[in-house]
Amino acid sequence: MTIHPARAPGAIATISRPAVEATGLVKTYPGNVQALKGVSFSVESGAVFALLGPNGAGKSTIVKILTTLSRPNSGRASIAGHDVVREPDRVRRLIGVVGQKSAVDLEATTGENLRLQGQLYGLSGGELRRRVSRLLERFNLAEARKRIARTLSGGMQRKLDVAMGLIHQPQVLFLDEPTTGLDPEARADMWREIARLAREDGLTVLLTTHYLEEADHLAQRVAIIDHGQIVVEGTPDGLKAELRGDAIQVELAGATSDASIRAALGGLDGSLREVVIEGRSLRARVDSGASALPSVLAALDAASIRVSTATVARPSLDDVYLRHTGRAYAEAENKEKIR
Amino acid sequence: MSAALANSAQITNRYLRAFLRQPYYIIGTLIQPVIWLLLFGQLFKSVADIPGFTAASYITFLTPGVVVMSAMLSAGWSGTSYVVDMERGVMDRFLVTPVRRGALISGELVYQAGMVLLQSLIILGLGYLVGARFPGGWVSVILLLVATVLLGAAFASLSNALALILRKQESLIALNVSLTLPLTFLSSAFLPVNLMPEWMQTVAHFNPVNWAVEVGRQTLAESVDWQFVAVRLAGLLALTLVCAWLSIRAFRAYQRSV
Repeated sequence: MTIHPARAPGAIATISRPAVEATGLVKTYPGNVQALKGVSFSVESGAVFALLGPNGAGKSTIVKILTTLSRPNSGRASIAGHDVVREPDRVRRLIGVVGQKSAVDLEATTGENLRLQGQLYGLSGGELRRRVSRLLERFNLAEARKRIARTLSGGMQRKLDVAMGLIHQPQVLFLDEPTTGLDPEARADMWREIARLAREDGLTVLLTTHYLEEADHLAQRVAIIDHGQIVVEGTPDGLKAELRGDAIQVELAGATSDASIRAALGGLDGSLREVVIEGRSLRARVDSGASALPSVLAALDAASIRVSTATVARPSLDDVYLRHTGRAYAEAENKEKIR
Repeated sequence: MSAALANSAQITNRYLRAFLRQPYYIIGTLIQPVIWLLLFGQLFKSVADIPGFTAASYITFLTPGVVVMSAMLSAGWSGTSYVVDMERGVMDRFLVTPVRRGALISGELVYQAGMVLLQSLIILGLGYLVGARFPGGWVSVILLLVATVLLGAAFASLSNALALILRKQESLIALNVSLTLPLTFLSSAFLPVNLMPEWMQTVAHFNPVNWAVEVGRQTLAESVDWQFVAVRLAGLLALTLVCAWLSIRAFRAYQRSV
């Protein structure tokens, strides 16, 4: 299921200027580690945008550059038109950041954490008190106001992180792997909260994740990043549609050689694409799963290859991800061999 | 400027609050010097009988030494809170706000200086209770406190710089101990310089810990030797500035490495 939040009325006026814009970002860390190899994308105001990729793909590096923590070696980035390198202070007031790890001060109470965060943005007095109370209410932390953060559950600490990121009412919220390490219930809770932020507050949200369902569930646009490059970008539905067709998966009852499976399927040539055989499992892409599966099963049966289960799946973001990063991995390996 | 001051005060407040919530930490920081005072006071009592020892009693001689040593030892731990903040991501959370960068350093340093002052006053009070006297009067006690706070700020800055470079609690603590303990024993904290081997006297002459102890010993004198004090305080101030500069450099290096 994909949520399409209604755009906040105020956001329409600023739609011409992207909330986030990155052009050709390159970042090299000491030891010649190229974390980013030229990343470009833009996020329109009021949208939820997901950077999806495995650990080490470069997602966090992008977030660090966009949030003024780190400088790119080359390329440019701006938030609502303000350059992150030349106008860092301006950018810092426009963005809220929720890091990959919970960054709650464990020795302070929930309320003190929020207060200090507000003070660092120059808030004080009644205004600060009102905002702290409002955020505590909103994130169901009001009763935990005087509790030392160390005693909060992981899910509550994460909510406090998000609340702190919102204390100065930013325009763009960065969420770096917001649900990593949360239990399923806390994750569902966080998802509801993120969807609400975009829908009700008109906030632009840039989130990074290595959970496909998270990007699918929350984002209007997804960029898949691998080895420091964006391999594909689009709407979740658009990316899935590009795959054309269904995925079929067949689990074999006994060990069979790749060659004999491929030989058995030889007659079906043309209708099966992207055939992958891994141990006892066979995956392929077909135009229509319902009509292709019987002939696959018949062909395997004719070759005396016994089948334990067979499934047909509509394409998911999972398939998009596998297809694009799979190809990238293969290319990277080839380059390695040539060298 | 006012934003920087406000930020600095907010950061000081954060450390102070955390300190007040940890009873064992309070006991550790405040009671440990008391143990030094009573333990060394007894252990080295007979030093007073050695020819060449001029102070009225050993406890009178020892008290300024323990004040200085305790300040250095507790300030040496300063960087550990930086390591925790870096590991927890709190440092990066602060850095994405418009907080004045200098306030993150100065706020912590003010807290450390306050702790050193509080600890020093407790040691002086307890020293008085067990027989130490300060014939130099209030002026000399204030000079002792100034020298101690300067030395504490220097070691806190050094500890912060090491924390920002090493980023590992174990490495920081190991380096801290292997620096502070020898410097203590290469000073006149426990023994008058004239009772030390000659080479140690030479080392002590260049040891900032000894400068602070010697300024503190003005509490024993009937009148303050201002020239003697000025040279040593200037040395301590220079050291503090160099260490503060190092910690700022290390902080910038950390920001670049993120």
